[in-house]
Amino acid sequence: MNANLMPTGSAYFLTKETQETEKHTLSVLVDNEPGILARVVGLFSARGYNIDSLTVSETEHDKRLSRITVVVVATPKTLVQIKLQLERLVPVHRVHDLTAEGTALERELALIKVAGTGENRAETLRLADAFRAQIVDATVESFVFEVTGKPSKIDSFIALMAPLGLVEVVRTGLAAISRGQEGM
Amino acid sequence: MTEQTSQDNQITGAEMVVQALVDQGVEHIFGYPGGAALPIYDAIFQQDTVQHILVRHEQGATHMAEGYARSTGKAGVVLVTSGPGATNAVTGLTDALMDSIPLVCITAQVPTTLIGTDGFQECDTVGITRSCTKHNYLVKNVADLPRIMHEAFLIATTGRPGPVVVDIPKDVQFALGDYTKPDLDNLRHASYRPRMDGDHAAIEAAVDLMLRAERPVFYTGGGVINAGPEASEHLRELAELTGFPVTSTLMGLGAFPASNPQWLGMLGMHGTYEANLAMHDCDLMINIGARFDDRITGRIDAFSPNSRKVHVDIDPSSINKVVRVDVPIIGDCGRVLEEMIRIYRSKTNQPRSEAIAPWWKQIEKWRGVNSLGFKNSETVIKPQHAIARLYEATRDRDVYITTEVGQHQMWAAQHFHFEKPNRWMTSGGLGTMGYGLPASVGVQVAHPDALVIDIAGEASVQMTMQEMSTAVQYGLPVKIFILNNERMGMVRQWQDLLHGSRYAHSYSQSLPDFVKLAEAYGGKGIRCSDPAKLDAAIAEMIDYDGPVLFDCLVEKDENCLPMIPSGKPHNEMILPDTANIGSIIDEKGRALV
Repeated sequence: MNANLMPTGSAYFLTKETQETEKHTLSVLVDNEPGILARVVGLFSARGYNIDSLTVSETEHDKRLSRITVVVVATPKTLVQIKLQLERLVPVHRVHDLTAEGTALERELALIKVAGTGENRAETLRLADAFRAQIVDATVESFVFEVTGKPSKIDSFIALMAPLGLVEVVRTGLAAISRGQEGM
Repeated sequence: MTEQTSQDNQITGAEMVVQALVDQGVEHIFGYPGGAALPIYDAIFQQDTVQHILVRHEQGATHMAEGYARSTGKAGVVLVTSGPGATNAVTGLTDALMDSIPLVCITAQVPTTLIGTDGFQECDTVGITRSCTKHNYLVKNVADLPRIMHEAFLIATTGRPGPVVVDIPKDVQFALGDYTKPDLDNLRHASYRPRMDGDHAAIEAAVDLMLRAERPVFYTGGGVINAGPEASEHLRELAELTGFPVTSTLMGLGAFPASNPQWLGMLGMHGTYEANLAMHDCDLMINIGARFDDRITGRIDAFSPNSRKVHVDIDPSSINKVVRVDVPIIGDCGRVLEEMIRIYRSKTNQPRSEAIAPWWKQIEKWRGVNSLGFKNSETVIKPQHAIARLYEATRDRDVYITTEVGQHQMWAAQHFHFEKPNRWMTSGGLGTMGYGLPASVGVQVAHPDALVIDIAGEASVQMTMQEMSTAVQYGLPVKIFILNNERMGMVRQWQDLLHGSRYAHSYSQSLPDFVKLAEAYGGKGIRCSDPAKLDAAIAEMIDYDGPVLFDCLVEKDENCLPMIPSGKPHNEMILPDTANIGSIIDEKGRALV
């Protein structure tokens, strides 16, 4: 009945995105108030931005300030928009693009559970030592390791554990801070 | 910073709400009571300073507040109950966010002890309204209430204005606490500080471009209106000083007088030929308080390809969001215009008449196309003709126009002409059918002696028709001028353009008798279908001292032209003499909206 109906959609005047995407780490200083995380996350979903990782915690209790570290993948044009849109939120004090401002320090913590016996267990311990992973729980058939470092280091460690009895992983997401004496 | 009152002077949260409204200079609020809002309603009952307008549906309250805000420049205030009261307000809040209208919407909430239990008439109001407000609050402690109320007004009315929701649980309304007055000398907010003054060097660079331009155009928007009447004055002064042509978005109509020879008419999808061609061919575009909306730009990659672009906006995120500009200026439109004038004058007092004479000659040629022309008829009322006659009949009066959304809205923008700001209230960004009738009620509340007309369509007006009852209750003599073509005309037009004239649900098979309907509400009904009797009928409508529903039966299948079809650039407009609009848009364009 509708055979001659033209296909329709709801695209606005979208121009093809020609810019390459980049991974950037943003540091966002916000009032620690109820709903602030929902505001930030809601902004990202409403405007179609991608979050790679998100870490949030109160950092200055007296001033009730929290620091959100968010890793985004976007084109340079969208990165500017993300920063400006975040700054529009009333409880947001400042947004810094740490990646754009230079080489920031980036760290992540992971807890990794590995089960195994015999040679696997010995190999697990040797690798953990090489990665400076702490043993935070041990049974005769399992370990829980705590690893801290750049995300790439944690990725490598997890990859090595995979064939040795990896059970599960939990990661904190990225915490990042700029180098040098200047604060945010 | 604030004086503490003694224990004896403690008042309830509900009383604080009313006191804060009084201290913020609020005279009227629009609302609807309900269980959770009763303490605030009780506090309203016991005072006379703030007048409450009882609406018939909470969406109506938000649009009334929008009309009130747009016509006065003050914040519009809404009061609704929890649950459905709040959810019904969502459309109006979104509308206000899209069009940057200052609203403070107080929503009642179930008591804090019930929050999260799926209580009766409970909804997650702050969650639901987070993405359709500039900011929102859930007040869990009465001690925070005065500060939040004052902050809500600050945030709603400053910077890029917008709606703010304050959600107040019933137990907080009952709780006793100390009230503090707004601290007007110390309005600085810790993290919210809109930038008002534009960067001096950027403004200087913009003026430099203006002094060298040969094909300049001012493209102005709602930001000029939001910056207050002075901003419109500055725009007029700068236009006179430079001699440049001026066009405006739908939202900006009235900031520049339509009678001025430098006025090109509205631009965009249904803008004039001269305005759109000037935008396409200019070498300098000076955007003041507009946001490169897709109804304006058409195809982005073909948008004004050879121009330098200056963009003045108070919202930094508007800059380079859609169109990359050469000179961004972040600041209040009024202040930036004032500074532009000062710098321009410091260099010369001469308009650039000679340098831009060929440009004006070109514009005159485009004007000669008469893109707003239409074939009039002696047997049936043409909708454009109806608006032109309405304009003629009211041009000597202080008239405020609201509209619904659709063809009639575009015809009103094309054929009704505005000399002053704050006289034109329409739903631009969200395109909310049903906006106009309640908005006209809100405008009339603010301007009881003015002539307020809602130019409507018979489909839109039925979405909020019940507010006729509000108009009758408060003796508000709004005139609802319905261009009745028995169709959702714009939908029908697009079905002709894009869907082989298959009219899927775009016509009304049963319409009410609008004359009887008006009488049922206690208003007056007038019907007219004869072009010869139109002027007399319009005069009768204007002269009647009370709300009127005017059922103007017009040509059913008139197209709203000119039009930039989707997927086309500005210089490929459909002009009024086009016979078959169904063959214009190619396959690619059909996927666009």
